[in-house]
Amino acid sequence: MADTTRIEGIAAPLPTPNLDTDQIMPKQFLRGIDKAGLDKGLLYDLRYDADHQPRGEFVLNQPAYQGASILVGGSNFGCGSSREHAVWGLQQFGIRAVIAPSFGEIFYSNAMNNRLLLVMLDVADVQRILADVSNPATHRIAIDVQTMTVKSHSVTLPFTLSERHRHMFLHGLDMIGATLARWSEIDAFQQAHWHTRPWLRNIAATTRTR
Amino acid sequence: MAKTLYQKLVDTHTVARLDAQNVLLYADLHLMNEYTSPQAFAGLREAGRVVAVPGQHMAVVDHIIPTHPVRIRVIEDPASALQASNLAKNCAEHGIVLFDTGDALQGIEHVIAPELGMIRPGMVVLCGDSHTTTYGAFGALGFGIGTSEVEHVLATQTLVYRRAQDMRIHVEGELPTGTSAKDLILHIISRIGAQGARGYVVEFVGSAITTLSMEARMTLCNMAVEAGARGALIAPDAKATRYVLEHARDAAHTYASEALADWQQLLSDTDAHFDAEHRFNASEIAPYVTWGTSPDQAIPVTGTVPQADAASARALRYTGLQAGSPIEGVPVQRVFIGSCTNARIEDLREVAAIVRGRRVAAGVRAMVVPGSGAVRRQAEQEGIADVLIASGFEWRQPGCSMCLAMNDDFLAPGERCASTTNRNFEGRQGRGGITHLMSPAMAAAAAITGRITDVRQLQAAQLSHTEATHG
Repeated sequence: MADTTRIEGIAAPLPTPNLDTDQIMPKQFLRGIDKAGLDKGLLYDLRYDADHQPRGEFVLNQPAYQGASILVGGSNFGCGSSREHAVWGLQQFGIRAVIAPSFGEIFYSNAMNNRLLLVMLDVADVQRILADVSNPATHRIAIDVQTMTVKSHSVTLPFTLSERHRHMFLHGLDMIGATLARWSEIDAFQQAHWHTRPWLRNIAATTRTR
Repeated sequence: MAKTLYQKLVDTHTVARLDAQNVLLYADLHLMNEYTSPQAFAGLREAGRVVAVPGQHMAVVDHIIPTHPVRIRVIEDPASALQASNLAKNCAEHGIVLFDTGDALQGIEHVIAPELGMIRPGMVVLCGDSHTTTYGAFGALGFGIGTSEVEHVLATQTLVYRRAQDMRIHVEGELPTGTSAKDLILHIISRIGAQGARGYVVEFVGSAITTLSMEARMTLCNMAVEAGARGALIAPDAKATRYVLEHARDAAHTYASEALADWQQLLSDTDAHFDAEHRFNASEIAPYVTWGTSPDQAIPVTGTVPQADAASARALRYTGLQAGSPIEGVPVQRVFIGSCTNARIEDLREVAAIVRGRRVAAGVRAMVVPGSGAVRRQAEQEGIADVLIASGFEWRQPGCSMCLAMNDDFLAPGERCASTTNRNFEGRQGRGGITHLMSPAMAAAAAITGRITDVRQLQAAQLSHTEATHG
């Protein structure tokens, strides 16, 4: 089993603010009923030109950044559409962590549910890391989830995760299984809820029978 | 202890506290579409699990469905056809209500759920779609979730939920003629930024909010997510409860007096604490248009494209506009009126009022995609469809269509579109296509003149014409 406590590798700078999930995983790759093949769609319009030829200038196409496993992004990374395909695509491409000043909220939950590590740091700290990784001579980063530190060429910085997310990242978690273990509690809640608010019971099913 | 409306909604849906930040939140209603649910059903199947409470889920085919004027109920794209048939199979297997491709009630999820009376004050509504914030218009907490969470809701009827912070946005005054809720929300997003409400659930209050119709409130709450909000709320008033009782034809009536009593409690206590507050004056708002590739890059139509910083320079390279140049007068080749933001009957009425007796400009392709089969029929009954067709608009079948261009409606590279949708992201409406977000009335004006136009000028022309005729 891969070491899940430490992510170490090439980090690619992608400091575009508000990089939305439409750009991370464009619409034409959302037509599946499974999760396969999303690595091809990742950042497609940035990686390829209109004739489907690789854009040489884009960071992930540069020889020095081949095999990158970490992205260093701009603020509000992953904003917009709820499509979890963005997270699946990043992982299938080989990305194991994203460092940014902030993340879109649905994207954040999606990443945590798939154990894609998101590291949120102050803008100034992300700038320092960006300065390091923008130079291929100093573009390697190590993230340690045991000690909760990010180490780039010139800086070592602490980061935080909620205890729940840290546990999920380190140990994985069958969240559905954990919640289903409380089914009797959920059922008691909904019976009481429907007793107080009977107009909410079966609200979808009755649509047809009105 | 004084509570905000948001806190009340979370409290009445908390099954259990999991830790300092997270609760197990009960979902009254879960909506599904064909593209964010398949992997969730597959996950259930693999784990040998079932849908816990099937009566609280609804599904509809909306994102991939073609919208050709005469609906051929066959989806030609094989992958999209498989998504639709797969959704039907999953719903049949698990006993979930489905509005399939051929259904007269089919439409965009966030348009049909309210019009079928499924959205009621005080609910928690979840959907694998970020624009689920729409339901705040009814005083219901709605927000988008990912596919892993869709699977969790199917299996448990709950979500592991981190409480957001409370933001209140006051809007006083009266929206001027020629402006609408769309202009108001673009104005707000342009001021607070694309992540200005990140981490918050926003409650909209004030005299300008109270006067909004339910459709307009839906537009406002729908786009709150474009400021990063985790939810949007408007306390339900008589207008909201009347809409619900008119549209719900079931138990809501049986229990109407109890329900109304319950819904009257749905407001923030006077001394409730908000973590952040903003104030806006509706009377200062002009028709808004986006110039860039993020919904916060918006200006009044009378304004000029701002000077570039690093982020906006990239946006301007994409949209092909010059800093310092007026936004008014920029030529468009396409006009799209539709989406969960602006495809309800009131939106189409506004479009018809502008285009009546006028023609779509030469060289412009203008489409109207109603939000649902019900909206389409109503527009036909009211004569709106005839006005649109006579003016040269394509009158199409309902669906998400060119809001995100997952079906066969999309912009060609370099095409510029006046659009009533919610996102002007790079490539959103088609690779290389350029989106200018605006209100339905503004999009209608752009269709007529072939360029970004201040709709108030067309309205003034209409008025003087009317006076000349009847004066």
